[in-house]
Amino acid sequence: MADAPDATVATTTDHEAAAGSSASLATGKPVSTPNLTFATIKHGGDRTFRAGAYAAAAIVVLLVLFVGIFLAVIATPSLRHDTVNFFTSTQWNVGTDTLQFGIAGLLWTTALIAVVAMLLAVPVAVGTALLITQYVPGRVGSTIGFVIDLLAAVPSIIFGLWGLKLLGPFLGPFYDWLQHVLGWIPLFSKGVESTGNVLTASIVLAIMVLPIVSAISRDVFAQTPRDHIEAALALGATKWEMIRIAVIPYGRSGVIAASMLGLGRALGETIAVMIILSQTNTPGINVSLFAGGETFASKIANNAQEFDSPAKTGAYIAAGLVLFVLTFAVNAVSRIVADRKVS
Amino acid sequence: MAASGSGPALACPAGAITGEGSTAQTNAIQQIIASYNDACANKAKIEYNATGSGAGVKNFNAGLVDFGGSDSALSTAEHATALARCKSNEAWDLPMVVGPVAFSYNLKGVSKLVLNGDVLAKIFMGQIKAWNDPAIAALNSGVTLPSTAISVFYRSDDSGTTDNVSLFLKANAPTVWTADHSKTWKGKGGEGKNGSAGVAQAVAATDGAIGYLEWSFATDNKLGIAQLDMGSGGVALNADSVGKALEAATITGTGNDLTLKLDYATKAAGAYPAILVTYEIVCSAGLDSAKTAIVKDFLTYFASDAGQNSLSGVGSAPLPASLRAKVNTSIQAIK
Repeated sequence: MADAPDATVATTTDHEAAAGSSASLATGKPVSTPNLTFATIKHGGDRTFRAGAYAAAAIVVLLVLFVGIFLAVIATPSLRHDTVNFFTSTQWNVGTDTLQFGIAGLLWTTALIAVVAMLLAVPVAVGTALLITQYVPGRVGSTIGFVIDLLAAVPSIIFGLWGLKLLGPFLGPFYDWLQHVLGWIPLFSKGVESTGNVLTASIVLAIMVLPIVSAISRDVFAQTPRDHIEAALALGATKWEMIRIAVIPYGRSGVIAASMLGLGRALGETIAVMIILSQTNTPGINVSLFAGGETFASKIANNAQEFDSPAKTGAYIAAGLVLFVLTFAVNAVSRIVADRKVS
Repeated sequence: MAASGSGPALACPAGAITGEGSTAQTNAIQQIIASYNDACANKAKIEYNATGSGAGVKNFNAGLVDFGGSDSALSTAEHATALARCKSNEAWDLPMVVGPVAFSYNLKGVSKLVLNGDVLAKIFMGQIKAWNDPAIAALNSGVTLPSTAISVFYRSDDSGTTDNVSLFLKANAPTVWTADHSKTWKGKGGEGKNGSAGVAQAVAATDGAIGYLEWSFATDNKLGIAQLDMGSGGVALNADSVGKALEAATITGTGNDLTLKLDYATKAAGAYPAILVTYEIVCSAGLDSAKTAIVKDFLTYFASDAGQNSLSGVGSAPLPASLRAKVNTSIQAIK
């Protein structure tokens, strides 16, 4: 800067001296002064923002860690005094001195409800996402999308009551028919008398996860590169063929990630399941879709008001710990899938 | 001073008291608090936190609340702790709210059904599976029972109602209902539903269903309530029959402590013994005078005709006159 050969540059660098001088230097002044101030602010802001972002991330990570530690600490004494195998037993006697509790039944019901819910929800969600992004004009599409998203705003207790009082009784005759025709398959064998069964809970859960899966699928399908679509069409593909060879492969990993998020939601859903699903006390696991049962979350919620001893609390928290790990695993898998780039 | 003509003469002192405990009496006590406030133009502030009987006793003994509410009277050890809490004065258990259990059923074409403890225990243990079982028919001569399968519904959440039902079953059919009484249902088979509301809904929706409910849930949902045959014919659930069962109870408390020992298998004529009694636990003396005045006045209203009769809407039966007189004597003896 010192040896500036040019007069214009000289005036600008030398602005302190020139500060009070004529207006002809106006072009140099406003550029240089704000430049200097701006540089310092930018630096400080940068640092603050970076620190803030780190702090935010640290808080979240620590929170998850603390929840995990909290669960483990409370669960450990009870787990140590559990007189049956925690992973394979279906018993749950925690009110007395001898603790007998196992999660086999809870795990089965939780997994079955969540998986069936996903089997029902994903095709519908993908279908609506394709309709919205590929078939109907933008305005109609966003209206449909808005309506689907509204489902996410309904409280789960409303879904639960709806499933218990309306959907279940309405589907009763269909369940009877299904049991009559397919009863020889264990999955469709006789379960509980009422319609408070796994299938009703799954259908309600499917509706609840629909907006999650649908919204994310919509976003990924909408991002299919124009080139891919036009290339497919130029090769003479019909609309369906274009979707099959261009849109679906592009969005596949996104849809899988969306489903995993939905699955996490389905695994942890509490109130709706608690209200709909009948508890049973027959020993062992009934694998049927028409059986009752309890999920991890519904069992804990159902009994949370009567946690009167540390041993009892610990047993339920141990079940909560398994759900925590399970959800964690599902989210991790969805992460891996989502990170895998499109073919 | 009292708003209603039949109400007791109330002093209506100003101030605030807090009670805590049993969830079984929540509706009853809220109702009483509301009508007491009406009668006293809201001069006193009375709060009741329904946190469970255990918590109620614990916090009463810790001096955190002015009275406790509990499904069971104080144990000897709890009485000892209460002695310290009430400044070397005894604490008294006063039976205040009587909540009967309704065995509700839903059976097409059957509007009157009589059951007894033994048959109920066998139904709940899955030993009687159809409505036309000879054991049920024997109690219901003249009634055509369908061959519908029995669907049992119980509470999936731990509850005092379940505890009470198992006490009743154990007393009447000890060889069939072998499990100890507990807040967790120990029956075999059937389906658990969340809360009384869940059980009531399931019974209402299922032909052939039976379940146990707090009285108000059975009447609110217009469900059939089985009569109990304790040896001399069916007894319907009503204020009168519940009162008779209470009169059959013995008072095991000493002096003004009115701890009751219920006889779940009483043979007293016209008694319906499937009931739950909840107590208010109070210091006989030792609380500061302003609070004592409110406690006494509030409980006086609670035990009055007007107070007790207003509870039918929330599923409680009024205390019988004989017991009410004793409760009132105790209340007036609080210093």
